[in-house]
Amino acid sequence: MAEPRRRSRTDAPLSQQQADWQARSDRERRGTRWVAVSLLAAIAAGIGLLVLYVQGGQTQAEGVLIFLAFGSVGLALGIWVRVVIGPDEVVEPRYPMASTDEERSTFSEVYERAVDDIGGGTRRRFLGRLLAAAAATLGLAIAFPLRSLGPGPAAELFRTAWRPGARLVDLEGHPIRLADVAVDQAITVFPEHAPRSADSQAFLIGTRSDAVVVDELPEQTAPGTVCYSKICTHAGCPVGLYRAQAGELLCPCHQSTFDVNRGAAVKSGPAGRPLPQLPITVDEEGFLVALGDFAEPVGPSFWNMTRDVPAESADGDEVGE
Amino acid sequence: MSATDTRPGEGGTIESLARWLDSRLRLAEGGSKYLRKAFPAHWTFLFGEVALFCLVVLLFTGTFLALFYVPDTRLVTYDGPYGPLQGREISAAFDSVLRLSFEVRAGLLMRQIHHWAALVFVAAIVVHMLRVFFTGSFRRPRELNWVIGVALLLLAFGAGFTGYSLPDDLLSGTGLRIGYSALLSTPFVGPLAGFIGLGGEFPGTDVLGRLHIMHVMLIPAGLVGLVGMHLAILGRQKHTQKPSRKATNDNVVGEPLFPNQTMVSLSLFLFTIAVLSLIGGLFEINPVWLYGPYEPFEVFAPAQPDWYMGWLEGLLRLWPAWEFTILGVTIPSVFIPAVLVPGGIFTVVFAWPWIERRITGDDAEHHLSQRPRDVPVRTGVGVGGITLLLVIFVAGANDVIAADLGVGLQTTTNVLRVLVFVLPVLFGWMAYRMARWLTGTNGVETADQPPGPPSTEPDEADGAAEATHS
Repeated sequence: MAEPRRRSRTDAPLSQQQADWQARSDRERRGTRWVAVSLLAAIAAGIGLLVLYVQGGQTQAEGVLIFLAFGSVGLALGIWVRVVIGPDEVVEPRYPMASTDEERSTFSEVYERAVDDIGGGTRRRFLGRLLAAAAATLGLAIAFPLRSLGPGPAAELFRTAWRPGARLVDLEGHPIRLADVAVDQAITVFPEHAPRSADSQAFLIGTRSDAVVVDELPEQTAPGTVCYSKICTHAGCPVGLYRAQAGELLCPCHQSTFDVNRGAAVKSGPAGRPLPQLPITVDEEGFLVALGDFAEPVGPSFWNMTRDVPAESADGDEVGE
Repeated sequence: MSATDTRPGEGGTIESLARWLDSRLRLAEGGSKYLRKAFPAHWTFLFGEVALFCLVVLLFTGTFLALFYVPDTRLVTYDGPYGPLQGREISAAFDSVLRLSFEVRAGLLMRQIHHWAALVFVAAIVVHMLRVFFTGSFRRPRELNWVIGVALLLLAFGAGFTGYSLPDDLLSGTGLRIGYSALLSTPFVGPLAGFIGLGGEFPGTDVLGRLHIMHVMLIPAGLVGLVGMHLAILGRQKHTQKPSRKATNDNVVGEPLFPNQTMVSLSLFLFTIAVLSLIGGLFEINPVWLYGPYEPFEVFAPAQPDWYMGWLEGLLRLWPAWEFTILGVTIPSVFIPAVLVPGGIFTVVFAWPWIERRITGDDAEHHLSQRPRDVPVRTGVGVGGITLLLVIFVAGANDVIAADLGVGLQTTTNVLRVLVFVLPVLFGWMAYRMARWLTGTNGVETADQPPGPPSTEPDEADGAAEATHS
C-alpha cells in the first residue's frame, strides 16, 4: 500500500531542525503573499474582461485579459503547490501487470462453467454458427443505408457540360469572338448553358503566331487560339497561371507545368498526363464554339479512366439526379 | 452510521457532500489510495497533458463556434460590415463565418483560439509521442497505449482537416479539392468513396454538411473515447519513471495525486488556456475574408495548409510524375504519395513496438524510461525518421523557398529530392554515433556529474537522480 511520507528531517540535530522549520515558515509566508497577489490580479483581469465585453469588446485586449486572468490563477496554483505546500513524495509498489496463474485459472474455470451453461457439444456449436451468421447479416443490413449517402459514379467523371455548338462564355457569361482574343491572353471559359460549372472550366489562350505545333494538338482548334481544361490532372487544382513567355500553364498547388503549344504536355512537375484539349471552332457569327466534349476525362486520374464510358448513362448529368 | 465528529465551519459543506456521496457510492473504500497515488514527475511528462488541455479548449471554443456556423453551400448576398465582399454572392457557410468573425462579440477571438488550439494540439501530441518513442516508454506493457496514441494523432489530423475545410474559403476549398483527388485516386473504391462522401461529383452540395457532422460529432466522439481509454490504461499501468536511486522497475516514485499533482495539472491547464487565449487574441490566423469564398476555378499561390498537413503536401510536390495503367487499372500520380506512402509510414509507426521487439527480442515488462543515448539504434532510426518528415515538410513550401532564395523551382525540388534520401541517413547515422559516443564516455567527460551508486539495473542506471526532490 502507498505509504505517504514527507521528506523526513528527524535525523538532523535539533538546531538544524529549527533552522529548517524557520526557513520553511518564511518560504510559506512569502509564497502565500504571492498566491494572494496572483489571485487578486486574476480577479482584476476578470472584471476588466467583463467591462471590456460590455463596452463592445476588442479582440486583442480580450486575448490579453483572458491570458492575465487564467495565467494568474495558474501562477497562483503553481506557487501554492511548489512553494507553500512544497514537494512531497510517495513510493508505491508496482507489481507485474499479468494476473497470477492462480487468478487466471480461477477465471477460466468460472468462464468455462458459464459457457457450458449456455449449451454443450454440437448443439452449442450449431447455435453459435447460426448466431454468427445472424450477426453478419444484421451487420450488412445496417451498413446498407451508407449507400444512400450519394449516387455511385457513372459517367460524371468522364463527361463535362461541353456539347457540340456550345458557345464559350467568360466568367460574366459573355460569349467570346475569335477576334476578341488577344495574343498571350488567357480567359477562363465555360459552356454558355453551364456558367461557372466546376468540371467544365477551361482556359482559352491566345497563342503566339507559329508557336503552336499543330501536329501535336490532339484536337481541332480555332486559328490563333487553343483551349484546355483548367483542372490540373494531378490533384485537381485550377491550373491558374499562364506564363506567356514560356508558353506554359502552371498549377500553383504542386507546380506542374503544361506546354501550351504542344497539346498541354507535361513539361515538369508531378502531373501524370496532359490537360485534355477542348475542340473548338468559330461559328458563322464569329463566336467561338465547342465541337464537342473533351475526349478524355478532365481533372485528376482515377482507376478506370481508360475504360469505356459507362454505357447506361450516355448523358451523365441525368444519372443519380 | 459511523459519522463521528460533524464539526461545523470550514470544509463542512464539502464534508457533508462527501458523506452524502460516499453513503451512496462507497467511495472512501479505495479513495484514500487514489488520493495518494504516485505520479512520477518530469517536465517531459507534461506534453500529453498539454494535448489533453488543448482538446478541452477545442471542445469548449468549438461548441461556441458551432452555435453560429451554418453548413450550407447555398448562395446568399453578403451585406455585412466587411467592405470588400459587400454585395458578393457567397455561400451561407462562408457568410456565417464572416458574421462570426466581424459581428459576433468575441467571435473572432473564439475562432482564433480554436484554430491556434488545434495547431498546438497536434504539436503537443507529436512532441508527447517523440518523448514516448525516444525513452522507450511504448515497450511492454504499454503497446496498447502507443497504438491508441497513434490513432489519436490520426483523429487529430482528421479533426483539423475537416475543421479548416468548413469555412468554405478559397484556401480550404483548394485543400478539399486535393483531398478529394487523393480519395478518387484509390483503385477500385476511390470514385465510389468520393461520390458517397460528397453526395455526387465534386464540389457537390452536401460536402459541408458531411464535414460538419464529422468535425463536430464523429471525430470528437472518437477523440474523447480514445482519450478516456488512453487515461484509463495509464491509470491502470501507472506512469513510467526515470530511473534513480529510489525509482526502480518495481515501484512508482512520485508526487501524490492530491494535492500536488492535481494542483500542478490544474495550473498547467490554466496556463494552456491563458497562452492559447493570448495567441488567439494577438495573432491573426486563417483570415478567410482575405482568401475570399471558394470558387472551383480560382486559386492563389503560394498556398500552404496547416502545419501538420505540410508533410502530405510535401509528398505530393516531391513525388515524380509516375502514372501508369496495368490491366486497365490506372494508378494515378497522386495515389502513391497521397495514399500509399502516408499509409505505409503510419503502419510502421503503429507497429513500432512489435518491430522493435522483433529486432531486440526484448519482451520483458519495462516501467523505467530509457535515455535515448542508451538505445543508439532506436535513436538513430527515430532521428532519421524525423529528418525525413522534416525534409518532406519543407518541400511542402518549395515554391516559397525557391522564390526566397531566388533559385529555380525545379532546381529546388530536385535538391529536395536528393536531400530526402541523404539527410535522414546522415542525421540518423550521426545520432547513432553520438549516442554511442555519449555512452562510451559517460562519467569520464562529464566531471561535474558524480557517478551514481550502483543500481539494480546497471544498463538503465542514471546517476543524476532528478526524480528525488528535497
